[in-house]
Amino acid sequence: MSPSVRLQEMIRVIRSARTQGEERGVIQRECAAIRAQFRQADNGGRSHNLAKLLYVHMLGYPAHFGQMECVRLIASPRYSEKRVGYLGAMMLLDEKQDASLLITNSIKNDLSHSSQYVQSLALCTLACMGSAEMCRDLAPEIDRLLRASNSYIKKKAALCAVHIVRKVPELGELFTPAARSLLSEKNHGVLHGAVVLITELCERNPETLEQFRKTVPDLVQIMKGLVTTGYSPEHNVAGISDPFLQVRILRLLRILGRNNDAASDAMNDLLAQVATNTDSSKTAGSAVLYETVLTVMDIKSESGLRVLAVNILGRFLLNNDRNIRLEPFSPYSASLPPSLPPSPHGFLFLFPLLISSSPLLSRALELSLALVSAVNIRSMMKELLLFLSSCPPELKAQAACGIFNAAERYAPSQRWHIDTILHVLTTAGGDVRDETVPNLIQLITTASDLHCYTVHKLYRALITDISQQSLVQVACWCIGEYGDLLLRGECDEIEPVQVSEDDVLDALETVLQSHMSSPATRGFALTATMKLSTRITDNVDRIRSIVSIYGSCIDVELQQRAVEYNALFKKYDHMRYATSCTSVQLHMKAPSGDFLPARGTATLTQTVLLNNPNKVMLKMRIRMSYTSQGSAFQDTMQIDSFPGPACH
Amino acid sequence: MIKAILIFNNHGKPRLIRFYQYFAEDLQQQIIRETFHLVSKRDDNVCNFLEGGSLIGGSDYKLIYRHYATLYFVFCVDSSESELGILDLIQVFVETLDKCFENVCELDLIFHMDKVHYILQEVVMGGMVLETNMNEIVAQVELQNRMEKSEGGLSAAPARAVSAVKNMNLPEIPRNINIGDINIKVPSLSPF
Repeated sequence: MSPSVRLQEMIRVIRSARTQGEERGVIQRECAAIRAQFRQADNGGRSHNLAKLLYVHMLGYPAHFGQMECVRLIASPRYSEKRVGYLGAMMLLDEKQDASLLITNSIKNDLSHSSQYVQSLALCTLACMGSAEMCRDLAPEIDRLLRASNSYIKKKAALCAVHIVRKVPELGELFTPAARSLLSEKNHGVLHGAVVLITELCERNPETLEQFRKTVPDLVQIMKGLVTTGYSPEHNVAGISDPFLQVRILRLLRILGRNNDAASDAMNDLLAQVATNTDSSKTAGSAVLYETVLTVMDIKSESGLRVLAVNILGRFLLNNDRNIRLEPFSPYSASLPPSLPPSPHGFLFLFPLLISSSPLLSRALELSLALVSAVNIRSMMKELLLFLSSCPPELKAQAACGIFNAAERYAPSQRWHIDTILHVLTTAGGDVRDETVPNLIQLITTASDLHCYTVHKLYRALITDISQQSLVQVACWCIGEYGDLLLRGECDEIEPVQVSEDDVLDALETVLQSHMSSPATRGFALTATMKLSTRITDNVDRIRSIVSIYGSCIDVELQQRAVEYNALFKKYDHMRYATSCTSVQLHMKAPSGDFLPARGTATLTQTVLLNNPNKVMLKMRIRMSYTSQGSAFQDTMQIDSFPGPACH
Repeated sequence: MIKAILIFNNHGKPRLIRFYQYFAEDLQQQIIRETFHLVSKRDDNVCNFLEGGSLIGGSDYKLIYRHYATLYFVFCVDSSESELGILDLIQVFVETLDKCFENVCELDLIFHMDKVHYILQEVVMGGMVLETNMNEIVAQVELQNRMEKSEGGLSAAPARAVSAVKNMNLPEIPRNINIGDINIKVPSLSPF
């Protein structure tokens, strides 16, 4: 009976076991038999016993007692036994076990064996589990094989050399000359191995990288050959000639062209050629195109090429194949550098349609924000605002923040800037950060020729919807400041609408009384109402009555304000105008953090810039809201004295 | 670098396990279970890449898989490999298996696990892609199998011969032929 049937019989018996316990029993019996056979000096079925052991090992049962048998089999002169022995070594041994040292000599001998298949077994094993000492010992052999052997052995020797370099980096120098000469080989397997080896050498040693920059023309030549050859059945995958080799070469070119103008120049034409000629309908072509895009972005390529690359990336999104579509946004693929060139077409609007996973969508947003520049800000912002309205809630804060940053950097005009912020507040006002309100107020203040336009727009937004707190706060403040412009009715940039004093006061009262308004918002509204008393003429009494109502409001803050304003009406009426001056500006910066550890181990700072150009006397009240151990707290403090007029 | 290649069926039973980085045995089985868990949950219409679990190599690794009928082919790779490229490589590997086994099915992988390893060794070596030309791979595997078979013929012969002799029914042969002392006088010949 041929021994190999015994292996298959064993498998059959194991499979017929109906329970886990039965299987364990069968395997234990088999292992005992195998162990006994290993102890026998000579038996014909050694390789088959080891094969059975490896099967059992795959199922998760212990097989360490086969380690010495591997060593013995590797030393056997028979190919069938060597084969299994080496396989066993790769599966059961690692450099930490003593047995692995014992096979060093066998590997050394087998590397010079007359049969290339025995050589290849030795190479394979060395590349899989060769320890640093083994690598040092055998490196000269590998170098010899890299130079003088057939292509079958050369390609294996090349990958073996990669492993050696990883284990013992100093040996990289040894392989550099051979690696260089391998580039002139015709065999694709050898070329592939050579490119992998060169990549490894360049990544480890900057001097070696310098040396290999000279090979850029050779690499370009090889790529050209691959891209322009007609159909070659040997290496063809979906119409692309050896896409695996193309991808490898593109990666190496990326490393060589980085931060180097000369090398980047030399590959510019080639990259353009690959980008335009490669068919992206299947995975193979897309893999090549994606590598091309990454390479173009990473080297010093000219702007036309970069635009081409970004367009290719955009086209990926429209591909039918779901793997290709999501390739640019895989979180683990090489990240694109932040300074991407402007793209003539935005494609952000497609994202929520195509991508349902939040992390991917977040990455897509990041990518799009990176694409924003002064040239495309208008069109990109349209896309970003569309995205904001349709993206899932967990991304709205990120989108809003990104939009504000982009708007601040590239706003083509102040009016556009204000419009954009207003749009964001209308769609996602609940998700913006706290400092948005004072920052927007600051922005509006500085855009003095737009006060009329702004107050009209905000008033309209206010009467439409009072649920978005940040929007309402800004609107109230604006109405308080520029109410006179609102009431005057005429405005250059917006359709004039008649707004009466009663209308304005109605709006503010609605805010004050609405259950949707937060205490802070009510504060804004009350202050605005107060300020209006100096800007309007007919309804001062109405204002007084509103303000006095809040003198007995439950909210302490509001009550305090109302009482003070009341006092202003009664006792200090003459000062009313002075107190509602428009020249003081407050700019609140982002806090240094949002978490303060206990026991004074760290501090939190928030800077508030106060601009007081007219040097009026100021008092500032600060209210701080925070949560501690789950409960909400509020502290108020007052600053009565500021540095005198001498300081500014 | 390819960190591991796992083939298991729809129930998670391993059909081929190859790690290119050392892991203790129980950790290996844990990785297989975790990978099966991650991959089997996937819908058919999502993409074929996913972040790896927590066990292999920290954060820089992903799983690229293909599902064929009853088998999952999973390649665990790090960021130095092209995802779409690996997807194609899985296809090449499966097509090669198909050629070597003639319409390969799960049973072939079960009963010829060692042969599958030898084929894989021609595609991936030491965690790196070695050869992607299917014809080349198949040709080399063929030649190696032939070598193994021919060797089996030649070196089995002496063993067979020995066993044949042992089984020969030879009549009793006298072992000692005692002729006794023979004294042969050599006459002295006259010189020529």
